[in-house]
Amino acid sequence: MADARPIYLDHAATTPCDPRVVEAMLPYFTTHFGNPGSRNHQFGWDAEAAVDAAREQVARLLGADEKEIIFTSGSTESNNLAIKGGAYMYEKNPAGSGKPRGHIISCVIEHKAVLDPCKRLEKEGFEVTFLGPGNDGLVTAEMVKAAMRDDTILVTIMWANNEIGTINEIPAIGALCHERGVLFHTDATQWAGKMPVNVERDNVDLLSLSGHKIYGPKGVGALYVRRRKPRVRLQALADGGGQERGFRPGTLNVTGIVGLGKACEIALTQMDRDAERLLALRRRLERGVTSQLDSCVVNGHAEKRLPHITNISFGFVEGESLMMAVKEIACSSGSACTSASLEPSYVLKSIGVGDELAHSSLRLSLGRGTTEGEIDHTVDSVVRAVRKLRELSPLYDMHKEGIDLSKVEWGHH
Amino acid sequence: MAYGPKIIEHYEHPRNVGTFGTQAEIKARKDVGVGLVGAPECGDVMQLQIKVDSKTGMIEDAKFKCFGCGSAIASSSLATEWLKGKSLDEGLAIRNTQIVEELSLPPVKIHCSVLAEDAIRAAINDYKEKNGLPTGEPSAAAHPGA
Repeated sequence: MADARPIYLDHAATTPCDPRVVEAMLPYFTTHFGNPGSRNHQFGWDAEAAVDAAREQVARLLGADEKEIIFTSGSTESNNLAIKGGAYMYEKNPAGSGKPRGHIISCVIEHKAVLDPCKRLEKEGFEVTFLGPGNDGLVTAEMVKAAMRDDTILVTIMWANNEIGTINEIPAIGALCHERGVLFHTDATQWAGKMPVNVERDNVDLLSLSGHKIYGPKGVGALYVRRRKPRVRLQALADGGGQERGFRPGTLNVTGIVGLGKACEIALTQMDRDAERLLALRRRLERGVTSQLDSCVVNGHAEKRLPHITNISFGFVEGESLMMAVKEIACSSGSACTSASLEPSYVLKSIGVGDELAHSSLRLSLGRGTTEGEIDHTVDSVVRAVRKLRELSPLYDMHKEGIDLSKVEWGHH
Repeated sequence: MAYGPKIIEHYEHPRNVGTFGTQAEIKARKDVGVGLVGAPECGDVMQLQIKVDSKTGMIEDAKFKCFGCGSAIASSSLATEWLKGKSLDEGLAIRNTQIVEELSLPPVKIHCSVLAEDAIRAAINDYKEKNGLPTGEPSAAAHPGA
C-alpha cells in the first residue's frame, strides 16, 4: 500500500472527471472551437448546438425546461447570482430609504458561498435570519415557517450539507415558500446528480449545481431559474454581451458546458444504482469503525443523510494528527488545525458537537470509484490510527480514570 | 499541512510516551512534577511529567502524552528528549524558539512550541512546589501565544 496512490475519500470536495465526459469535451477545444455567439458561420452554429444539447441534458436531470438553465462558473457563482440577484430584484424598499430592504431566511450550516452573499446583503440593508438546525443537523419547514415575516422575500436553504451530508426538507420548505409567495433557492451542490430532483415536485425556484461534484469538469456549473409559476427575475451581477438571457453575460465556456451536460446525462442514468451501492459502503464503513472503537459518534441524523458522506468524531484524538496517521486515505477533517482559520468546523459546532469532538472529526466521502476493499482498508487504518493516538492522549487516560473532562480547569488560550 | 522531516519523524516515532502513574498517583509522588497545559476545545492538551533525582536535582526521566496536531506531538516529544539529564534551571531555560528552529515548525504552528515551553515550566514548577522549593517563574498554565 505504501507506494500506491492514496485512497480517495474526499468526493464531497471534488470528483474525478468521468472519461466519457472528457471524451465529449475534447472536440470542442480543437475542431468545434467556435463561439456560440457567432451567429453567422458554421463554427458558431456547431458550438451553439453543443451548448443547446448540454442545456437540455442539465434540464432533464432537474425535471426543468432547457430555457430555465443558466450556465455559470460553478455553484459559488450560481449562489451569488440567485441570492444577490434575487434580493436586488425583489427588494421591498430601495437602498437608502432607511427602511429594511427585505428579509431573507438562510441557515448557519450553509456553505460559505451562501453565507457570505447573505452577509453582504445584510451590510447592504437587508435583514437575514440564519436558522440554527437541530442537533440532528436538519432544517425543517417548521423552522422556516416560524422565521417567516411579512417582508420575507427569499429563502435559501441547502438541499444537503457538504460536511455531514444531512438532507433538509426541501420539498416542504418549497411548498411553504410558494404558499407565501416567497422566492426559494436551494444550493444543491451535494445533492443534484446524486439524488433525484424534480423542480416541479420539489417546489424549487432557483437551484445551484456544480460540474466537478458530479464527475464533470471544474469551473462550470448551472443555475436553474424558474420561468413559470412564478416567473423568476434576477438582477444580473455583471454587465456585458447579454449571453444567458442577460443573467450571466460573457462568452460561454463551451467545453465546460459540454462536459457538464454529459456529466448530468450520465448521472441521470446511474444515480439510483450509485446511491444504493454507496449507501451500503457507507454503512459498512460506519459500522466497521463504531463497532471497534468506543467514544466515537457519527454526526448528523441517523437516516436523513446522503449515501456518500459520513462525518465521524473520535473522542480524545485530534483531527489533524488523525489525518497524518491515515495518510494513505485522502479525506478531510473538521479540525481547526487543518484550516487556515484555526477554528473548528462551524457546522459541527452549530449542531451541538462540542469543540473537543469537532477537533477530532473526519469527513469521509465516497464516490463511484470507491470499492469495498478500499472501505475495509479504511476501517482498519482508522481504527489503528485512533488506537495509536489514544495511547498518546492524556485525555483518553483521564477519561478511563473516570475524570470528567468538562470539570477540569483548563488553561485557556 | 505539509510538514518537514523532523516533525514527521517525531510524530511517527514519538519519544518517551507515557506517564509515571495515574493522575491520583502522580499527585501523591513528590519526585514527579506534572505540567498539564492547553484545553480540549482549543485542540491541544499536553501533559509533561518529569522525574527528578532529589539528591542531584537533575531531571532523570521525562514522559509525555499529547492530544493535538502533529506539531504539538512533535514539540512535546522533543521537549522530553531535551529535558532528560538537565537541571531544573537548565530546563527552565528552554525557549519555544529553540523548538521552532529544531523542528522547522511552520508559522501557523508556533503556538505548539509555546505550549511545550508552558508545559516544561508547569512541570518544573509543580515539582518545586511539591518540594517546597522557591518557584522562579509563575506556573503558567495559560497559553499566551495563541
